[in-house]
Amino acid sequence: MTVQLIGVAKTYDGNQVLTGCSYTFGAGVDYVIMGDNGSGKSTLFRIAALLEAADLGEVRYLEGGVVLPPDILLKRRLTMVFPQVGVFSCSVFDNVAYGLKIRGLKKDQVQERVAGALEEVGLTHKSAQPAVTLSSGETVRLGLARALAIDPEVLFLDEPTTHIDKANTRLIEDCIRRLKEERALTLIIITHDPAQAGRLGGRQLLLEGGKIKEM
Amino acid sequence: METIIQGFVSAFQLITHLNPELLRIILLSLEVSGLALVAATVLGLPLGALLALKPFPFRGLLLSLLNTGMGLPPVVVGLFLYLILSRSGPLGFMALLYSPTAMIIGQAILAFPIVTSLAHAAIVGVDPVIRLAAQTLGATPWQEATTVVREARYGVGAAVIAGFGRVSAEVGLVLMVGGNIAHYTRVMTTTIALETDKGNFDLGIALGLILLTLSLMVNLALRAVQRRGRAQSGVRLWD
Repeated sequence: MTVQLIGVAKTYDGNQVLTGCSYTFGAGVDYVIMGDNGSGKSTLFRIAALLEAADLGEVRYLEGGVVLPPDILLKRRLTMVFPQVGVFSCSVFDNVAYGLKIRGLKKDQVQERVAGALEEVGLTHKSAQPAVTLSSGETVRLGLARALAIDPEVLFLDEPTTHIDKANTRLIEDCIRRLKEERALTLIIITHDPAQAGRLGGRQLLLEGGKIKEM
Repeated sequence: METIIQGFVSAFQLITHLNPELLRIILLSLEVSGLALVAATVLGLPLGALLALKPFPFRGLLLSLLNTGMGLPPVVVGLFLYLILSRSGPLGFMALLYSPTAMIIGQAILAFPIVTSLAHAAIVGVDPVIRLAAQTLGATPWQEATTVVREARYGVGAAVIAGFGRVSAEVGLVLMVGGNIAHYTRVMTTTIALETDKGNFDLGIALGLILLTLSLMVNLALRAVQRRGRAQSGVRLWD
C-alpha cells in the first residue's frame, strides 16, 4: 500500500503546523522522519494515519494505482503507536489480543498471534500480568506488540524510545530491525535523535517549515 | 429503655424464625429497588456514556439538570408521580397508582440522575489516550465507546451501587405512590414508619436491622469495587 500526502495543511490555535505538505511513502519501504520538537511530526502522523482530518489537502492510500476509500477496512490495515501507549486496564495478553478480538478472530488464532507478538517484543513472561504494572520501557514494547499482533501493512511509530532507558531502547530497536527484515510492511518512524535514525537505517526525511524534505 | 430491649429481643426472634410476613416485605423491597435500579441503569448508563463521549448541543445544560436531579426530594417526585398516575391524571387509565409498578417507576426516577451523573463522571475521567489507542487498533466507533466504558467499569459499578443506596433507604415516595398496602405494596421502610406509629416496635426494629445490614452490604460492595479499581490502575493500597 502506498501512502500519499497531497498538500496537507493544518493549523492549531492560529499556528500553522503543516503547510502544503506533500510526500509519497512507497509500499514496503521504511522511513525515518526527523524534526525539532513542535515541528508537527506527531500531527503529520495523526493525519497520515487517518486519525485526524487535515484543514487542507488530502491523504490517499493506493493499491495497484487505485485509491482506497478511507473506511474501517482501510483503517484496520494500518496502525500507529504513540509515545503514550494508552494501556487498557487488563492483562498484557488481553491488551495484545484487543485488536484481534475486535476483528472477530477465533480464540485459537488470537492466542497464536498474541503469543507471537509477545515473543517478538520479549514480554512472553509477563503475559498474565496487569498491563498497568509494566515499566515505561515494557509499556512501549507492549504498544509495539499490540500493533504487531494485527499484522499491519503500514506501521507508524511516533518517538518509540522517548523517556525510556538504554536497555529497553536497544530491545525496541532490535525489534524494529527484525521487523524490517521479516515483514513486508511500510514502516514510518518519527525520532528526534539523529543517532537513532542512523542506527535504524531506512530513508531519512526531515520535517521542517511544515514540509517533508529528503535528507 | 425496657421497650427498646424488648423490641430487640422480639426482633431477633422474628429474624431467626423469618416470619413469612417479614420475608414477603423484604423480598418486595428488594424487588422494587432492584428493578428500579435496572431501569435506571439501562437508561442512565448509555446516556452517561453519550454525554461523556459525544459533544452535542445543550450537553452542559443536560449535565446541570442531571446533577440537580441527584438531590431530587423524594416527596416532590412522589407528588408529581401521584398526580400523573391518579385516576384524573394523564396516565390514570393505566391504574398504576398504589401498585409495586408505581413504586418501581418512582424509585427509578430517583436513581436515574445519580446513575447517569456518576457514570458520566467515571467515563469522562478515562484517559483520552485509551480512546485513541482503540482507534489505532481498528475499533469501530461503537467498539471505541464500549472500550472506554469498560475502562470506567469500577466507577460505573460504584454509580449503580450509589443508586441502590439512594432507593433502598427511601420512604416518602413509596408511601405516596405505593400506599403501604399490606401483602401488596408494603416494603421495609414504609413498614418501619407504620409500626412505629402503632407503637409496635419489634417488627420495626427487625426491619431496621435488616435495612442497616443491607446498607452495610451495599457499602462493603462499593468499597470492594473501588479497591479493585484502584488495584487495577496500579495504585498501591495501604488500607
